[in-house]
Formats: sequence, C-alpha cells, structure tokens
Amino acid sequence: MILVILETPISKAGLESLCCATKLGDTLTVGLVGAAAQEAANSIGGCGARFLAVEGEPYSVSRYATDAAAAEALIRASGAALAIAPCTHRWQRALPGVAQRVGGAIDTHAVDISPGSVRRWYYRQRIEVTLARAATPWIILREPGSGDPWQGVPAQATVERLDVTPPATRTQVEGIEAQAASQQTIRPDAALLFVAGAGWTKKQKDGAVRTSEASELILQFVNRTGASLGSSKSLVDQSGEGQAVLPFLTHLHQVGQTGSTPRHRKGLASCCHGEEPHVVGWRFVNERRAINLDPNCGWARGKADVLYVADAFEVLREAAKALGQPGAD
Amino acid sequence: MSYQIVVCGGIAPDPLQTLEPVPGPALKNEMMLPHVFDPWAAHALYEAGHLAKLNPGAKVWVVSMAPKAKLQQVMMTVAQKLPFELVPLDGPPGGFTDSADVAEALAAAIRTIAGLDLSRLLLFGGWESATRGAGTTMQRVGALLGITEQFLAVDQLEVRDGGSLRVWERLEGGRQQVSLCSGLPAMLAWATGHLPEPPNHPPTGMANGRLLMPALQKAKPAPAGAGCTFLDVSLPKQIRQTVIVKDKPAAEIAREIVEWITQ
Repeated sequence: MILVILETPISKAGLESLCCATKLGDTLTVGLVGAAAQEAANSIGGCGARFLAVEGEPYSVSRYATDAAAAEALIRASGAALAIAPCTHRWQRALPGVAQRVGGAIDTHAVDISPGSVRRWYYRQRIEVTLARAATPWIILREPGSGDPWQGVPAQATVERLDVTPPATRTQVEGIEAQAASQQTIRPDAALLFVAGAGWTKKQKDGAVRTSEASELILQFVNRTGASLGSSKSLVDQSGEGQAVLPFLTHLHQVGQTGSTPRHRKGLASCCHGEEPHVVGWRFVNERRAINLDPNCGWARGKADVLYVADAFEVLREAAKALGQPGAD
Repeated sequence: MSYQIVVCGGIAPDPLQTLEPVPGPALKNEMMLPHVFDPWAAHALYEAGHLAKLNPGAKVWVVSMAPKAKLQQVMMTVAQKLPFELVPLDGPPGGFTDSADVAEALAAAIRTIAGLDLSRLLLFGGWESATRGAGTTMQRVGALLGITEQFLAVDQLEVRDGGSLRVWERLEGGRQQVSLCSGLPAMLAWATGHLPEPPNHPPTGMANGRLLMPALQKAKPAPAGAGCTFLDVSLPKQIRQTVIVKDKPAAEIAREIVEWITQ
C-alpha cells in the first residue's frame, strides 16, 4: 500500500507526487493535511484512492510539530509500507523526524521512483544513484518538477478524518515574506534562468568598476525576458571579501554548491567562470549558454552548449535593443 | 542568555575536486582528496560563533563524524576561525551512509557532553550536507533528543528580549517563512545565513588547538551503515560539445540569444 501525503490546497508539486504514486501499481491512500480537506479531496477524487485527513486550524500552517504529528498519524493509520510526498520545504522539514519516530527510512530529492527503487543525486548533483531499501515504512520525498502532475477528473470523495490532538508547540508562524511581484526576480516558472556572475562587479576593460550600469542592464534584461535571476557566488561571500555587490542579489539567488538547483529549461550565464561549485546547480538546466571574456573558462569545457566570448555589458546593451520596449523594468 | 550551542557538521571533498565513484560504493582515492568542513554546516558554525560572541557565557560545541585523520586536517583550519570545543566521532567518510545511523551517533555524542543542559539546547547544523545531500540528519537528531521546535533552511535568526527566537526559513520561489519560537530547546538547520566566513584569528586557533588533539585522540568509533542496497552509482552521462563563438559583434550575439530565448 502506498500513502501520498499532501497539504491542502494541493500544489502542483503535490499533484506530481500523486501522479507518480498512481503509476506504481499498488493500492493508494491519500493523506491530506490542512485547514479543511474535503474540497482538496474532491479535486483529486477521480484518482480512486482512499482518503485520510488531519484537518483543523493548527494544521493549516507549515510548522514542524504539527506537521510531524499529522504525518505520523497518517502513516500509522494507513499502514502503508511506502509513503510519498513532494520534496517541498514543509515536508522536508517534517518527514525525517517522522521517519525517526516510526522507525522507518527516508530518501529525499527523488527524481524517479520505480517499484522497489529510487533514483536520486549525491554530492550535490555530481553522482547519480539508484537504491533500494528493505526498511518500512519507506518515506520518499519526490523532487518537484521531475514529472507530470496528475490530471484526472474531480469527483466527490469520502474523507476519513483522523482525530489527532494538536501537539504542544512553542512556535507561532507569523507569515510569509516575499518581494512584491513587480520586484520579484526569482521566478521558478520562467523558461529562462539568467545567472549574473561576480565578473559584473569586477574592473572592466576601461579599468573602472561599473556596478550601477551592471545593475541596470541585468534588471532590464531579466524583466524584459521574464527570466528568473540567479547568482554564481553567495552575496555573503562577496561582501565578506570586501567586493562590490549588486544590490538586488540576495543569498536566495545563489545557484550551486551552497545555493539552489533550479529547473528552468534554458540557462544563460554571464560574467561567471562556470566552475564546478556553481555548475553543480545547473544539473537540471538542459539548454545552456554563457557569455564570458575568457575562452578557457569552465563553460568551454563541456558545461555549456554555446559559449560567447564577448563583453556581457555590450551584449546585454544590444539585447535590450533587440528585445524592444521595456516591460516591467 | 548563556546559550549552549551544539553544531553538527561533517566534512566534504573540496568542491573543486573531481569525484569518481568506485564499488562499495565510495569515492576514488577518497582519503587522498582535500576536504573542507561541510559548507552549510560551516554557515551554521559562523552563526553559532556570532551568537556566542554577542552573548557572554555562551559556549559552542562542534560534533563531527568523519575519519579521524581527515577530521584533524579540516579542524586545523576551522579552529582558526572562532572558539569552540570539538566532540569528534571516528566514522566512515562520504555520503554513502544512512542518516539514521549518523543521527544516532550524533545524538549519543551530544548526550555525553558534560554540563550540557538539553532543555536549553540550541542545536545547529547545515540543512543538507554536500555529500549525502538528503537534508534528513538534523531532524532525526532533533527527534532523538526530543526537540519539537525545528526549523529547516534557516537564513536568519533574531534573538528577542526575553529569549524568544524569530526565525526566517527559506521556502520555494525566493520566499521566506517567519516564525516566532518562544523558547528553547530548538533545532535550526541553516541555509546560507547572513555571515561571511570569519577571518583567521591565530590566538583563537591556538586556544582551540590545545583541546583539539586530545579530543581527537579520544574520538570514539562510530560505525554507520548504508541502510540500503545501491543498485547503480554513476557519474552523469550527459556530455556537451561546447561551441565557442569568438569574434562575433555584440549585436549579432544579442540577436542570436534573443532568438534562442524566444524559441
């Protein structure tokens, strides 16, 4: 039996996990966690699963104590040998502790789940591993974006509600902070990832540092193309080394060894050397191009499809003309 | 408040090294590769050191599991940065171990720290390692120590009057969740944090060094198994033939890029 643990309302990542579970050919139970489960259950009622739910106000927010209590109850009530959930922040925080409580095993960042085995990456996307486990329950967190979402029809679902006393907790969720949409430069759904490297803040051909021009060109390009912005080196590292920094880049933009591993279809790197600690974050970006003044940079050694040996300032200035009228910039 | 901060962190091959898996599985010449303190755990350590500096009487312990010889090399560098006491565990290298075994060993080592009050513990670590990269160990250690206030991918911590903690956790899509935790114990698995790597401080290095070697000599063996069967361990197969475009006017390159983006 397979249990799929989902939060309500059900996210795209949740639907991807459900789709994956339906293909494994075993009896399916969906466990819902959130303020109210019925509507969410109805939205995926056509999947033919049994529905369990832990619902109520304490479970409406993402918090370790309540999420872990809910997931533990769902796993125990379902009796499932395999539990699948999306590898989102919420479940990656809660489910390892649950694995400890129920004496189970856990794997995260799974990009492929087959009956009896899981494929995931080790060493920050540098080694690919397929593994199998005998321990049960086996909890698998499936990486968002690594498969199709479930696309069945909604249907009225019968939901069995579990009576789980909310655990005592000292944590109160105050809210979510995000930049205003017009200022948001991290766009997970964009087709293009544009990476600004540390070279933008270094001395240019004329011997001057042109950080403000770099900022203008980068933001203009990102906003006109609708691209998601990434950076090659942590802002905290650069500021620690006394270097100039681009004011809109935060550590949230960092891609690579200590940053994110985005899943945009295309990626364009600029003023970035393409060294391994950064490029490990590009593992899932299929089409890659780079602009760099150094023809021997890392991108030239099989890490990009095309390397343009050129001045990124000039290229982006020309690209702005080619892209036409400004959009959101 | 006199915080008791325990930072858990392993070691990882220097990110510039070439990695090649060999049967076991293990990494080829693993013991010969230069290693660093695991990057996200290092951020946790810098945050711990900063918090301890701001709160006189606070103390930082580093609980680390790795082959003793490699751990000694790495700790000689880390010890130059900030004051801490090392609690070493002589365990297997690399990422092909199970987080359940590692967590058991770390939790057991934490329980043996003399003078540590678990009810006032701030448990720090990286949110994922650069080796196994699963992001499951810290939560397991927290569960074993009975810590119910847990935070993952922490970017910022603010200690408020009265000792409550405001925590910023990194979510998907460049967002952050802000939570208020009214008291200890708590587990914070750090993302990048806000602090750069501290500069070397020789007096600190000397003070740490006096305790490092005796601690390493007493490191207890900590076996950790794989907990699974590895069916296939390989390098990514995708190979790109990079086209290098030189001597092309910027306008032409820009047009080509815009065409490619809009395809």
